[in-house]
Amino acid sequence: MTVRAHLLLAWLVVLSGLSPAALALTTEQALAIAAGENDSRIEALNAAVARGDDRLAAFVQAMLVDEVKVAGDRVFIVHDGKSTDAASGAAAALPEGAEDVTNNNRTRGALEAALAGLRVLSPDVGVRRGAVEELAKASLDESSLPLVEKAYAAETDPGLKRQLERMRATILVSSSDRSKRLAAAAELASSNQSAVASLLQERLAPDSESDAEVRIALQQALSSVRSRLAWGERLAVVFTGISLGSVLLLVALGLAITYGLMGVINMAHGELMMIGAYTTYVVQNLFRTYLPGVFDAYVLAAIPAAFLVSAGVGAVLERGVIRFLYGRPLETLLATWGISLVLQQAVRSTFGAQNVPVENPNWLSGGVEIMSNLVLPFNRIAIIAFAFIVLAGVALLIARTRFGLFIRGVTQNRRMASCVGVDTAKIDMLAFSFGAGIAGLGGVALSQIGNVGPDLGQSYIVDSFLVVVLGGVGQLAGTVVAGLGLGVLNKLLEGVAGAVLAKIAVLVFIVIFIQRKPSGLFAMKGRSAEA
Amino acid sequence: MKRRFALKAAWAALAVSGLVSLPALAADTIKVGVLHSLSGTMAISETVLKDVALMTIDEINAKGGVLGKKLEPVVVDPASNWPLFAEKAKQLITQDKVAVVFGCWTSVSRKSVLPVFEESNALLFYPVQYEGEELSKNVFYTGAAPNQQAIPAVEYLMSKDGGSAKRFVLLGTDYVYPRTTNKILRSFLHSKGIKDEDIMEEYTPFGHSDYQTIIGKIKKFSSEGKKTAVISTINGDSNVPFYKELGNQGLKAKDVPVVAFSVGEEELRGVDTKPLVGHLAAWNYFQSVKNPTNTAFIKEWTDYAKAKSIPGHKDKPLTNDPMEATYIGIHMWAQAVEKAKSTDPDKVIAAMSGQTFKAPGGFTSTMDAKNHHLHKPVFIGEIKNDGQFNVVWKTPGPVKAQPWSPFIPENKGKKDEPEKK
Repeated sequence: MTVRAHLLLAWLVVLSGLSPAALALTTEQALAIAAGENDSRIEALNAAVARGDDRLAAFVQAMLVDEVKVAGDRVFIVHDGKSTDAASGAAAALPEGAEDVTNNNRTRGALEAALAGLRVLSPDVGVRRGAVEELAKASLDESSLPLVEKAYAAETDPGLKRQLERMRATILVSSSDRSKRLAAAAELASSNQSAVASLLQERLAPDSESDAEVRIALQQALSSVRSRLAWGERLAVVFTGISLGSVLLLVALGLAITYGLMGVINMAHGELMMIGAYTTYVVQNLFRTYLPGVFDAYVLAAIPAAFLVSAGVGAVLERGVIRFLYGRPLETLLATWGISLVLQQAVRSTFGAQNVPVENPNWLSGGVEIMSNLVLPFNRIAIIAFAFIVLAGVALLIARTRFGLFIRGVTQNRRMASCVGVDTAKIDMLAFSFGAGIAGLGGVALSQIGNVGPDLGQSYIVDSFLVVVLGGVGQLAGTVVAGLGLGVLNKLLEGVAGAVLAKIAVLVFIVIFIQRKPSGLFAMKGRSAEA
Repeated sequence: MKRRFALKAAWAALAVSGLVSLPALAADTIKVGVLHSLSGTMAISETVLKDVALMTIDEINAKGGVLGKKLEPVVVDPASNWPLFAEKAKQLITQDKVAVVFGCWTSVSRKSVLPVFEESNALLFYPVQYEGEELSKNVFYTGAAPNQQAIPAVEYLMSKDGGSAKRFVLLGTDYVYPRTTNKILRSFLHSKGIKDEDIMEEYTPFGHSDYQTIIGKIKKFSSEGKKTAVISTINGDSNVPFYKELGNQGLKAKDVPVVAFSVGEEELRGVDTKPLVGHLAAWNYFQSVKNPTNTAFIKEWTDYAKAKSIPGHKDKPLTNDPMEATYIGIHMWAQAVEKAKSTDPDKVIAAMSGQTFKAPGGFTSTMDAKNHHLHKPVFIGEIKNDGQFNVVWKTPGPVKAQPWSPFIPENKGKKDEPEKK
């Protein structure tokens, strides 16, 4: 510590009017922080932070994870079943009838800010960075100014120093000194935090800032922060659009094969997805029971499992029902619709009518913060990536493999394919069960973002048909464009008109579009046999 | 002998086929109807109410039944399908001839069955908080009216401990309950000096599952002014994706608190609540409320769930406010029948007024002498790590219900009791 910092500390202590002797947390202080009215608790906490008691950080941390108990006038920390006295840190037996300390959002916020305040002076730059980020989110007032000043003076990392300077400005913008307010407003213009935008907005309210020059500075700062935040909002619309689009793509991809290529109007497509989602649920339960150590990997195991189960069901359907109905679309529609009801009821009888809980593994929870108002959730990112991997797999399989060649041959000219020795019946079955398997993969993805219940398929069957028809039957590229396009369009409209109206507007759009272009975005060119 | 065997076999077949829930073997039973969605979007909330109703009926039967007769439950599944609610209600009343029906969750289902009950002068016990604006002689409302849930919750948000919120997002599912509640809340907020530009209202369809845009909008709205709070009247299984998205997008309770009126312990099952700590719910009961009556209630439910091996609850038993309201409702009805010495709806209605019951919420709930609503305490809880609620605020005692909210101007002069017909 430099001499200057010492001086500053001494000044701080004088400022808060406390004797420098009390540097250890006492029972009375711990009690004042843990019990009583919230106002006085927060006051006691801030006083303790200003003193910098050495056991305070551990105590505050314990408060935040609900490990503090109060009995009479003594305070205990209970960790892993062992209780210690909060003030001395010595082991102490927990008396009968000790009560939990209850925190609400307000006290929790104060505790988190206090902890960050204690850590912002830590010698470890990583700890300081976390603390500065935490402090930036808290709404600070005049009382935190000495702390921020102290941290600013001691900071050596240029990036953090910059952030602390801005943080100081968020406090000084309400200062009584006009020149300080002016400087703070200019400083805040470089921020990209949404909290700063609302702070500036608040300062601009008619009754809070009267000086005309400061008002102009505040206005300028606000518009520059806003324009930075607007980028976050625009990117968010694009991201949510792509995310919804990737879900639509996944649910429609299987149908693009069974309906698009093979021409089977498969009303049970949604139920094949549902089977994929339930397979995920079963795999999750198996992992929980037998492999709890690698529970987080259950999704990876569920992917092939769901593919195989759905493909198996698809193969049975094709052999059992659909193969007798080729070339009779109306009967196929009725039969597959019946099958969808049978499958739903089968699942209802096995798993119950209620939704089943599918947990996100840890690595799919949370998100990455790109900007203060743009967080990309991991499960959405994973689904976008998954959709494109599946798409690439399907495209390669159709375009580059022998099996793909056979599928294309059989769907384009069945008799000719049969003449040159392709086993068309077998190809039909394989192609249908492949499409069903892809639907199962869609089910795995859906289980990570929505509810898994017997009706899951119903809510997506209309969407998947829309995507395939809009894209142009028989065209994989059309499905991709239509899926992503509908996703982005839906999200754009939702931002303007709300979820209910957006859904209606999209349907109206599709009706008009199909009337103008009945064969979809990418019409099949040439003299196709069945077209 | 042979014939009796054949008869038995027929009964067994009927029971297995699920066409009748319990064959009426003895004539000296009183039939009661249970009308809750066991499938569809509302099943997440309603299924457990069916189970708790059956538990309460078992409990009453174990103590000798009502008027010396055993209660016989008739369970039907209206499948979250509102017109089907009316059909099933009709079936319960006219075909099964039940003495009373316990059921419904959403207000749209209650509105759908209301004409059926009024027409045939039958009795419905409705166990869920709702928007008020209704007072039927044939319905007893054992859930909260707006002044017993919504208004105190908003007052709390505006208080210092609640974060002194100045701007509000009213977010709901698109049907009568959220729309009416938000109408009341908007006019309440006006009375507190909050302007229209500080209120954002958003609705999503039933079963909505993509809350990315909504969360984005909330973030934007909260950056445009002072402290923002969200009031959620989202109903049914949409809550799971909503709370998942909320957690994943990192919207913390201390920045933008979300208070929900239709989310309890049961709805949060299967949701990772660690990122949701501090978000709130307002109810008249929480499982975490500590008192001997509640301990006994939870124990009874735990044992029942284990014995009947109710999915989910047999491993992790949970109780919630509508379960408590169902429990109170059935007990009060039984007490009223004992008092009236008859199951005749008119006599029971007369006997209901002023009934009291020691509720698991820790207070003695009283049925109002006139307005068919319970006097109930109000609790506000914050979500904890383990999916339970931490009570951060409560009323000193039970609050009388105001079914006609004073914040809707047209309600002026409406009588606090059902119109006599």
